[in-house]
Amino acid sequence: MVVEDLVVSYGDLRAVDHASFNAAHGEVTVILGPNGAGKTSTIEVCEGFRTATSGNVSVSGLHPLRDHAALTRKMGVMLQGGGVYPSSRVGEVVGLYVDLYDKGASADELIDRVGLGHRRSHTWKQLSGGEQQRLSLALALAAVPEVAFLDEPTAGVDVSGRQDIRRIVTDLATTGCAVVLATHELDEAERLADRIVIFHQGRVVANGTLAELRAGNDGLRFTSSPELDDTELARHLNAQVTRGPEGRFVVAADPTPSLVARLSQWLADHSLPLNDLRTSETLEAIFQRIVDSTGDGQ
Amino acid sequence: MKPWRAQTAAELHLLVRNGEQLLLTMGIPVLLLVFFSVVDVLPTGEGDTIDFLLPGVLAIALMSTAMVSLGIATGFERSYGVLKRLGATPLGRPRLIAAKLACVVVVQVVQFVVLAVIAALLGWSASGLNVIALLSGFIFGTASFVGIGLFLAGTLRGEINLAAQNGLYLLMLLLSGMIIDADSMPSGLNSLATALPSGALATIMRTATGHSTSGIAAPTMVLIAWSAMALVLAGRTFSWSPSDSKR
Repeated sequence: MVVEDLVVSYGDLRAVDHASFNAAHGEVTVILGPNGAGKTSTIEVCEGFRTATSGNVSVSGLHPLRDHAALTRKMGVMLQGGGVYPSSRVGEVVGLYVDLYDKGASADELIDRVGLGHRRSHTWKQLSGGEQQRLSLALALAAVPEVAFLDEPTAGVDVSGRQDIRRIVTDLATTGCAVVLATHELDEAERLADRIVIFHQGRVVANGTLAELRAGNDGLRFTSSPELDDTELARHLNAQVTRGPEGRFVVAADPTPSLVARLSQWLADHSLPLNDLRTSETLEAIFQRIVDSTGDGQ
Repeated sequence: MKPWRAQTAAELHLLVRNGEQLLLTMGIPVLLLVFFSVVDVLPTGEGDTIDFLLPGVLAIALMSTAMVSLGIATGFERSYGVLKRLGATPLGRPRLIAAKLACVVVVQVVQFVVLAVIAALLGWSASGLNVIALLSGFIFGTASFVGIGLFLAGTLRGEINLAAQNGLYLLMLLLSGMIIDADSMPSGLNSLATALPSGALATIMRTATGHSTSGIAAPTMVLIAWSAMALVLAGRTFSWSPSDSKR
């Protein structure tokens, strides 16, 4: 999927502002950003639900609007709001979508795969929020898709449900499908993404693999007491130590076991706590750093 | 054909399961027919009451299904995102509409058969049946009311659409001579009745069921005009999701 210089405006509001990125087959591309960042508008243009103000979008070599009929045969869609009639039963609605796509998927297998085997005869309105998300995912899978658009797939889903959905999404990419997943949940993105596209105020502010987004920002990260003397610690470790908010510190050095040992010893000698020790930057930290660097961080 | 068949079956399934829709499409017409043929409170003109009631109730049944039932269901499907979701499948929007139309036609055929059987039990004779008038009323009446129903469903939000469809239904029921003889209404209302699709349909149905021998050309023209107007309007204004830009 190729998105080039995409602009989506609603009257005076520019929801998507010259966004460009690619999504490849066999990969999970996570579109990340806070609510209102332009994720859903971008995905809806790619699905052919929304008209772009300007720019080019190509999905599996097809134009989402002009070639919509052909695209529907290749595309699986999971809408944010579900899109199922409240009195539809699980078995019926999955059966219907299997017949609509007619690509050999089995309704029973799909229902079992998303963990709704015990809810076959329940209606949409009888399902919990997490179960509704599972059903929506089953409808997307009924397409046996080449490209799947999943909008907030884990919203409202419990811990075990999230694990199931993660497994299904990863399996989907393994079959060669290009999975495009929009979320504002950073830990979800970190676990799933092969590639991350960060949206902020309608613009793509970062685009790459997690490793690429972390590049140049290696170091040992930890949380301790705000009383910690970072100048003395830097002298002891022979490395630059940066103080962050709420007792967070970054040691700008290769996070080797030896460095970790020296840090631990120094903290112990000074009776200071050691928490949240990490040898890489979290996606949350990456996101904050990138948003801050745009000069209009929230 | 498989996606269309699957969607038509799903539409019929949902309709049968939906108690309010069944009440609207089957319960109310049957109740009106039986109640007013047994309790003589309506000005029904000369002749047997059942001969007057049947064509009007057939017109009501057709209006209930093609406009109100279809319109309300479609309006809520639009609100729930069902139409948007189906729009992303190979079913496509033309086949979705075709499935809805097929469902409407199936329900109307069942309605007509049930009402005709009940009317026959109440003394109506099918000897004066005019098939051409019946088909004309069925086809152009369906087209008119489907157009009106989809126009409202495709432009108004779910609850407002519900109120508008029911309000219009009641208005047409009372003002078009379907169950109250139009000749007994004030002259202004009488003229209005002939210009409404419900009034035109009731007139055609009277000829169709043998209650009247008047020509159907004028009311058929009224229905054709309403069909064209409503379907064009629906086609131009329908949005598939309340938050959608038109595709």
